[in-house]
Amino acid sequence: MDFIAIFSIFVLACFVGYFVVWSVTPALHTPLMSVTNAISSVIIVGALIASAAAGSATSKWLGLAAVVMASINIFGGFAVTSRMLAMYKKKER
Amino acid sequence: MEFQSILSAATGGHGAVNPYAAIAYLVSGILFILALRGLSSPATAQSGNRFGMAGMTIAVVTTLVTHLPGATDSFGPDSYVWRFDSTAFIEILAAIGIGAVIGIAMARRIAMTAMPQLVAAFHSLVGLAAVAVAAAAYLNPQAFGIADAAGQIHVVSRVEMGLGIAIGAITFSGSVIAFLKLNGNMSGSPIMLPGRHIINLGTLAAIVALTAYFTQDQSPWVFWTITGLSFAIGFLLIIPIGGADMPVVVSMLNSYSGWAAAAMGFTLGNTAMIITGALVGSSGAILSYIMCRAMNRSFISVIAGGFGADAEAGSGGGAKEQRPWKPGSADDAAFLMSQAENVIIVPGYGMAVAQAQHALREMADQLKKEGVNVKYAIHPVAGRMPGHMNVLLAEANVPYDEVFELEDINGEFAQCDVAFVIGANDVTNPAAKTDKTSPIYGMPILDVANAKTVLFVKRSMGGVGYAGVDNDVFYMDQTMMLLGDAKKMADDIVKALSGSGH
Repeated sequence: MDFIAIFSIFVLACFVGYFVVWSVTPALHTPLMSVTNAISSVIIVGALIASAAAGSATSKWLGLAAVVMASINIFGGFAVTSRMLAMYKKKER
Repeated sequence: MEFQSILSAATGGHGAVNPYAAIAYLVSGILFILALRGLSSPATAQSGNRFGMAGMTIAVVTTLVTHLPGATDSFGPDSYVWRFDSTAFIEILAAIGIGAVIGIAMARRIAMTAMPQLVAAFHSLVGLAAVAVAAAAYLNPQAFGIADAAGQIHVVSRVEMGLGIAIGAITFSGSVIAFLKLNGNMSGSPIMLPGRHIINLGTLAAIVALTAYFTQDQSPWVFWTITGLSFAIGFLLIIPIGGADMPVVVSMLNSYSGWAAAAMGFTLGNTAMIITGALVGSSGAILSYIMCRAMNRSFISVIAGGFGADAEAGSGGGAKEQRPWKPGSADDAAFLMSQAENVIIVPGYGMAVAQAQHALREMADQLKKEGVNVKYAIHPVAGRMPGHMNVLLAEANVPYDEVFELEDINGEFAQCDVAFVIGANDVTNPAAKTDKTSPIYGMPILDVANAKTVLFVKRSMGGVGYAGVDNDVFYMDQTMMLLGDAKKMADDIVKALSGSGH
């Protein structure tokens, strides 16, 4: 993929993000932050590539450290989001 | 053509992207969009969260499968054998496992009042991970397919990498300061360095200039200086920002962590990372905007810092303190509310600090039993981060359809019999509408003053809110001040209600 193609995806995704986030109810803004936190750890993809690559030991260890950090975020972020969301209940009738 | 060669340089090793992997990353990007879409209502939020988990699983598995660790051994000119490196693979799985254990333990144990700190801590990890990935890519560019055979990193990749490491480092160090301030390890009051605007602008200019120079010269000193300066600017930017502005800061850092992921996505040509980065980036930006609007602060003035310091100086002329006010007891409050038809509860962060949310919900339950219509009114900055108060009330089993946002309920105060303000102050202050000299002038407020009766729970008459301004509501004829600890007061009202009832 060339730069222009990637950049187009990025710009369109910004628009999608803009509209999707405005439709999030204010009551769920804290879970929104924790779940965006979890998904921004998709950076783990880069960390996995670095840890799997041969060629530089420093690079590999940096990658593994990044895998640990991103995993804390992924598991912690999704777990705390689902813990919070489980608390939101409707009125019992 | 020159332009053609730049474009082909930008593709790097991605020219030969595995189409199945590319589609898998696209699917995970779409699942992340659906994860946020689910949050439009509490009813669909849990399924949205599961979409997010599915998207992450797809991204991780795809990467593991397409980048299995191993080495190619050459046996003569035409025979290559690829060897799977099981040790490296186990190391990777162990790293994920360590992260999972720590992450889940943190998520289970954290108190809901401490959510802002947890989110700040998580942001710092995203930032540091982005720095580590960018550094790994710099040290081993061939593995990421961003360099030619001679080890020269492509020009476009250098810019992306420079941006990624700068944003990542700022996110990390900024979040560390935000964490320390929110967690109380560091004073919430702004720390003002002399000439800080010049230092900050100079550092930012240096980062931009070095990133530009990095495209010409990929020597290590350029790369590491960008990294070091970015760590420094993160500290410098957040240190002068006061505790009251932390909701904006946390949202802003949320946004940065997204842009850092997007920048790394550009480096790797990975659609999942780019889509996610754009989503998270816009999400944080919108939340910062909402928080700024709720406090009537411009984004620039928050970043410039120093809020709280001026307000302290302003409260010196507190000659108005001597006005008469009406004290009340828990029994009075219980009687007034049990006779009311409509009660609107206005909780503020002071309520959460006193851990009064469960007692408050019990009080509301008692009132509902007596046939009183109870609603909660939430100001956007009622908590320490966007939507924080809603989580705290949900934790105390307050049904979410009894909780209303400022613009949805503000008109109802005029028809309500009792407004019960607990742990909130500035967000009810009419000075925000009338007094142009007030530091909170222009901030949207909850119009509790329109209610027939206002019950105001407050620790003492001496203290004033974050902004350090006196509140006219205290001295109105229809206001009764309930002085004391929020939890004890709510408990006493519950006792009085259950005693008077049957």
